[in-house]
Amino acid sequence: MSYIGKPKFQHPQLETNELGLTRRDYEGAFTTLCAGCGHDSISAAIIQATAEMSLPPHRVAKISGIGCSSKIPAYFLSKSHSFNSVHGRMPSVATGANLANKELHYLGISGDGDSASIGLGQFCHIVRRRINMLYIIANNGTYGLTKGQLSATADLGSKTKFGEESLFDNIDMATLAIELGASFVARSFSGDKKQLIPLIQAGLTHKGFAFIDIVSPCVTFNNTDASAQGYKNTWENYVALSEIDFVPMREEITTSYDAGKEKEITLHDGSVIRLHKTGMNYDPYDKENALHHINQYKKQGKIATGLLYINQSTSDYHELQDTVDKPFNTLTQHDLCPGSEVLADINNTFR
Amino acid sequence: MKPTDINDPSYFHKVVDCQWACPAHTPVPEYIRLIAQKRYTDAYMINWYSNVFPGILGRTCDRPCEPACRRGRIDEQPVAICRLKRVAADYKSDISKYLPSIPKKKNGKHIALIGAGPAALTVARDLLPLGYEITLFEKDGVAGGAMRTQIPRFRLPVEVLEEELNYVIDLGINCRFGEEITSMRDLLAEGFDAIFVGTGAPLGKHLDLPGFEEARDNIHTGIEWLASVAFEHVSSIGKKVLVLGGGNTAMDCCRTARRLGGDEVTVVVRSGFDEMKASAWEIEDAMNEDIPILNFHAPKRYICEDGKLVAMEFEKVRKETDKNGRRLLIPTGEDPVILPCDDVLCAIGQENSVPWIERDLGIEFDQWELPILNKLTFQTTHERVFFGGDAAFGPDNIISAVAHGHDVAVSIHLICTEQDINDRPDPITSLASQKMGIHQWSYDNDISNDVRYIVPHAEKTKTLHDVNMEVELGFDEALALKETQRCLNCDVQTVFTDQLCIECDACVDVCPTDCITFTANGEESDLRSSLMAPAENPDQDIYVSGLLKTGRVMAKNEDLCLHCGLCAERCPTNAWDMRKYLFDTAKASA
Repeated sequence: MSYIGKPKFQHPQLETNELGLTRRDYEGAFTTLCAGCGHDSISAAIIQATAEMSLPPHRVAKISGIGCSSKIPAYFLSKSHSFNSVHGRMPSVATGANLANKELHYLGISGDGDSASIGLGQFCHIVRRRINMLYIIANNGTYGLTKGQLSATADLGSKTKFGEESLFDNIDMATLAIELGASFVARSFSGDKKQLIPLIQAGLTHKGFAFIDIVSPCVTFNNTDASAQGYKNTWENYVALSEIDFVPMREEITTSYDAGKEKEITLHDGSVIRLHKTGMNYDPYDKENALHHINQYKKQGKIATGLLYINQSTSDYHELQDTVDKPFNTLTQHDLCPGSEVLADINNTFR
Repeated sequence: MKPTDINDPSYFHKVVDCQWACPAHTPVPEYIRLIAQKRYTDAYMINWYSNVFPGILGRTCDRPCEPACRRGRIDEQPVAICRLKRVAADYKSDISKYLPSIPKKKNGKHIALIGAGPAALTVARDLLPLGYEITLFEKDGVAGGAMRTQIPRFRLPVEVLEEELNYVIDLGINCRFGEEITSMRDLLAEGFDAIFVGTGAPLGKHLDLPGFEEARDNIHTGIEWLASVAFEHVSSIGKKVLVLGGGNTAMDCCRTARRLGGDEVTVVVRSGFDEMKASAWEIEDAMNEDIPILNFHAPKRYICEDGKLVAMEFEKVRKETDKNGRRLLIPTGEDPVILPCDDVLCAIGQENSVPWIERDLGIEFDQWELPILNKLTFQTTHERVFFGGDAAFGPDNIISAVAHGHDVAVSIHLICTEQDINDRPDPITSLASQKMGIHQWSYDNDISNDVRYIVPHAEKTKTLHDVNMEVELGFDEALALKETQRCLNCDVQTVFTDQLCIECDACVDVCPTDCITFTANGEESDLRSSLMAPAENPDQDIYVSGLLKTGRVMAKNEDLCLHCGLCAERCPTNAWDMRKYLFDTAKASA
């Protein structure tokens, strides 16, 4: 880590958002991760994505588990709510928080160790329960915090810096999320903010469980030429199924829309995801198609990225359970104990 | 854009804004770091080699470095570079052992210098170590030129002036002071190998308005009056004084008049306040001494009673711009303004004058009495005659005169050694990594967020009664140390090696001022608008790398770089490195 903090001086013409904040206002503490860590780029992408969306920082809750990835909520959105939980148990804490207050934006940050190994069971259940949140995995195929062992997402044959080869096939978290019922699934790369930032913005806006698997190289332990999740391999084998733009609900859409080359997805709040087709006609509404593409590219040693799958017709946990409309912290005594007349009415319905 | 050629000596030099803006190209950040380490003598000597008069300039320089300072673009105020220079001079120890050694055996070449001002003394300083014999002619009995005659003692104490004049004179100049040259023809006949003219711009302009002849005894030109005060020929002035003009000479005149008995001193300028030529800090100092400045007042006539000046009449004007964009001053039609006065100091400009140079010697002049000069070599149309300082291109400042002097010395050395005068020696440069450890540099990258520190002044009640008492006290050590920490170390360059880059974005993410972008290459105008944050200052370059593996380039906006080194600290492959760039202009002798 650096001895000095990031200087306070900023570009004098830095844009301010609707709240009068610049992206510097969405930063957190100075990173303590290794120089060149992909996770820092994810932090920077979250900072830029939330600043551009004019998200009020105090309306965001960041929840993480354990690992290098789970440290990063300290490095962005210092004015937001934050909970650094037990290893692999971020989904439980996120679920609880979401039940208590459904009006916040929930941002879960986890890693391949935290979600694909110790927390795999928790991961499966939060997807299945359709919690309305954005769940990000910073995926580097290695246990960086314990000094570079292969993780469960390392590709078969991938090698660490120490020459250790992965003997097992990997768990593909995006495929798993699609199969378990996630309604927004994307894959991206920490090095490509042009793709990552709109995906984060769309994921935060999407109603339901949104998941982004981000290849985020571990520059210290898993960045050799034989590392599947290293910078070199990712840059070389990275295929964008479509280019993505995100237009927030508040902005007037000024650029023209070309139905032959673009696909527009209008989200529940009126924001628009715009997909520019790059050669192929990829349909992100089709679950089978998404799984097929991911596997086909994988067979060729390629990584399919972009918005893989979206389904806007499913209900989230609150809708399915018909929960109370308001956050718990705004419920009054009258809401919680409405009196004997209401009780009598309820009892009457059972008679 | 093509990849930036960082081997071009001017590329990184331009990034060091202060040094680039300084006519003598003094390595400012280098000496500020030395001051921060309390190595005052070393800081002084860096200055001395570059600008010859650090103590004088640390009090009186026009400071072109400060408006250029990068800190002024990211913070409200630039670093107090000039006053830090004074700190080096104030706290240095004995420098005699660091002065150049002068060969006993001379090289047989004899050079004449005319006028003992900053330009001529710089020529002497640069040529003496090479074995030249130097004869310095000065019409006054003492050296210094405009530094002595034009700058009041309350800004530049005589001890400071003489200390630095003597460092040069004592190197072994033949001084022929009190000897006015009246004929260039005669001087040329003496057989000097080269003659340098550094006689300044000695003629003050008068304002010949109705009533001038009658009021003449109480009308003085600024520069002549200041010289008379400096030589103690004048020690008083009337109670009511009008100073005409808005330049630095006017500021020196009005402040001097306040100290010589002028109770009501008023500066009157024709144009607007914000068009005044004087440096902002000199205007501020004058106003702090209760001197009002009236703008948009055009002088009309001198008013006398019983043959003596009693007032001046002014017409009020306003500013307009005509359709060609020229500024015009239009009378407002209001009643004339009558300002009573006992004396008028006229500081409306000065002119060059060299009546002693005969016009049939092959030295050509233009219509303004300025010599026809080669701007690179300062050579006149006569092979062995050179001009420098104000005498060369008209009134300018001390630091420009010093810069001229260095160039003239190079020219003289080239012709005396029978080399091509136009084949100028290259600057001396070096670029060295500052890396000490993974996150440790041999320069202090933890810059201070403090606002500029103000130099303490002596009490006005005292300074206004003594024309020789210095107003500025200078920074004390504690203040100086704090001010040094504001310097951004712009000479420690961000150097990018494209073959090492893995395009991880770590530098982009950490840069506090959004200087770095990885993007598709394009024309400069496209790149400037497509960066992380716009690069709108066309005077500052975009540093562009060669093509990277993804087909993009690294484009860095040099304009707002804090030189904090975080890009290099966060770079996993050392593609970024912080390297100190030292640039030293070529001089006749180092």
